[in-house]
Amino acid sequence: MRVESSISRNAPADGQQEHWDGEASTGHVLKPGELDLSHNVILYLDDITVSFDGFRALNALSLQIDAGELRCIIGPNGAGKTTMMDVITGKTRPDSGKAFFGQTIDLTRMTEPQIAHAGIGRKFQKPTIFEHHTVFENLELALKTDKRVKKSLFARLFGDDLDKIADTLRQIRLADQADRPAGLLSHGQKQWLEIGMLLVQDPKLLLLDEPVAGMTDDETERTAELFVSLKGKHSLMVVEHDMAFVEALGGKVTVLCEGSVLAEGDLATVQADPRVIDVYLGR
Amino acid sequence: MRTPASIKLVAGLGPKGWLAVAITALVAWVLVPLAHLMLPESHPLHVSTFAITLIGKILCYAVVAVAMDLIWGYGGILSLGHGLFFALGGYSFGMYLMRQIGREGSYQSDLPDFMVFLDWKELPWYWTGSDHFLWAIFLAVAVPGVIAWIFGYFAFRSRIKGVYFSIITQALTYAAMLFFFRNETGFGGNNGFTDFKRILGYSITAPETRLVLFGLSVALLLGTLILGRVLIASKFGKVLTAIRDAESRVMFIGYNPLHYKLFIWTVSAMLCGLAGALYVPQVGIINPSEMSVANSIEIAIWVAVGGRGTLIGPVFGAAIVNLSKSWFTTSFPEYWLFFLGLLFILVTLYLPQGVVGLWAKLTRREAKAAAAQAKAETPAAPAARNSESNAAELPAGAAKGASA
Repeated sequence: MRVESSISRNAPADGQQEHWDGEASTGHVLKPGELDLSHNVILYLDDITVSFDGFRALNALSLQIDAGELRCIIGPNGAGKTTMMDVITGKTRPDSGKAFFGQTIDLTRMTEPQIAHAGIGRKFQKPTIFEHHTVFENLELALKTDKRVKKSLFARLFGDDLDKIADTLRQIRLADQADRPAGLLSHGQKQWLEIGMLLVQDPKLLLLDEPVAGMTDDETERTAELFVSLKGKHSLMVVEHDMAFVEALGGKVTVLCEGSVLAEGDLATVQADPRVIDVYLGR
Repeated sequence: MRTPASIKLVAGLGPKGWLAVAITALVAWVLVPLAHLMLPESHPLHVSTFAITLIGKILCYAVVAVAMDLIWGYGGILSLGHGLFFALGGYSFGMYLMRQIGREGSYQSDLPDFMVFLDWKELPWYWTGSDHFLWAIFLAVAVPGVIAWIFGYFAFRSRIKGVYFSIITQALTYAAMLFFFRNETGFGGNNGFTDFKRILGYSITAPETRLVLFGLSVALLLGTLILGRVLIASKFGKVLTAIRDAESRVMFIGYNPLHYKLFIWTVSAMLCGLAGALYVPQVGIINPSEMSVANSIEIAIWVAVGGRGTLIGPVFGAAIVNLSKSWFTTSFPEYWLFFLGLLFILVTLYLPQGVVGLWAKLTRREAKAAAAQAKAETPAAPAARNSESNAAELPAGAAKGASA
């Protein structure tokens, strides 16, 4: 796996150093493959189109997410939310359009593992965890580390890694479940474990597809707290149908419809938009 | 807080495992040779040549079964063409054995008999070096390894999975069989290689040679099991089983499954090649039928019968199926395939974890029963103390009743 080299191809030699304040700066040297946030934009989708057998799942979609932002995406079924995540994570190649991570990393040329290494973590709609591994092992596998075969054959866990896993276990409230097979967890706990697996990777951008589906009200509330606490340090893109949850998260809301952006703004503004009411909220 | 994978890796097997390895080694390298060479044939503990050859053969099959389990049981990749790698190892070493015949063949030529028969005047280029023992061993590992790597690279890169992968492996071994059936291929056509005389100058039929081959087969099986244990206990093994269970998640946390699959696939093929190289001198023949599709399917059956996803299971599976095969094919030869099919159906329906799973189930049930019994007895403990005196009298009464 040649992750470094292929990312570096996308990074100009005279790029700028990563920083979060978004001020224009010159004279910094960007390391190859490093995320360039000099314009304070972490994700830039421009005019993306994806068709499946003539059906346009994404239709000239343009979307921009700022560094440290918590963005909610809502929209009726078939609006293209999952397809958009597939494009960002390299699972689906767009027919046309641009997808950039920061200023320099072209997502349309990278494989799924390369994109994960670059700093985008994804939670699926249906919780996907390793059911036969323990909760601890699930996090161990997800840890941010060299993931080549050679390293895995002789990998050991050191103090830092153990601390990181212990911290995450507390954060996702599974500390007392660490040695249980993940398949025995409740649905909500599985959702949390998957979120934990994203967190130990220390991603810059988290894509969360319906993270509170199947959670109790109490669990949903705690999840909202967790996400809000992540805001600023990480950028988050949350796809969700649960309006109470979206409201709890605060943040800007983007409404997708038929593969493109219908409206954007804070929840109240979006909810008042007649077009949005027409396609989605009014039903 | 806990034992991470790394500590288990250093320990490898644990004290019980190492004890089992030591006992197996002692039996195979000391007791069996003594029982074969020192005891007269009439002695009840004498181990016959037939038994040594049969067990040696089954040990080679067991190595293949463990290699198959590494990719199927742990990696979730079902190969129905593993017989190919086994046969390639066998052919690689068979070339050396053919050259060791020297001028003792039916045509008293320097060339193997089948080449004389084809009127070939010199060895083809790919027979270069076949006089050398070490080159033959190298080929037995390298040829299956390289072919598996190339095939695996393209198959896994194209994300071919599940039944499609199985079908392609089947086609691969079938094509290779047709290729080896041709006389012009230069591997003896449908007769393959046989009539071996010597190995490293020693007679291949001498009891000592057979014992060495038997001992090496045991060593290879033990080595394969230890290697498997180390691989599975490492982080590599955890990633491998994770790929089996949820490949997309593995990709999205930054692993490239291609390299993981390719590694275990190639290691598996190389182990099969070594097993084939040890198999051929013990059985005395290698021909293209080893590459038949049915043979490869049988390998999968050994693993299924023994228990997928356990290392020791496939060893039992290979032993059970092959011992019943050698009994059936002498007693009721025409029913063997029916029995094999029935066995596979029964195992699939009733023993999804194989015999090892059955064993685990039984011991668990026993433990549960014991626990339940202990639970039932605890509240009754004071009463039990009272009844003890009565119980002591009871046998006497029972004895009386019996005598009456």
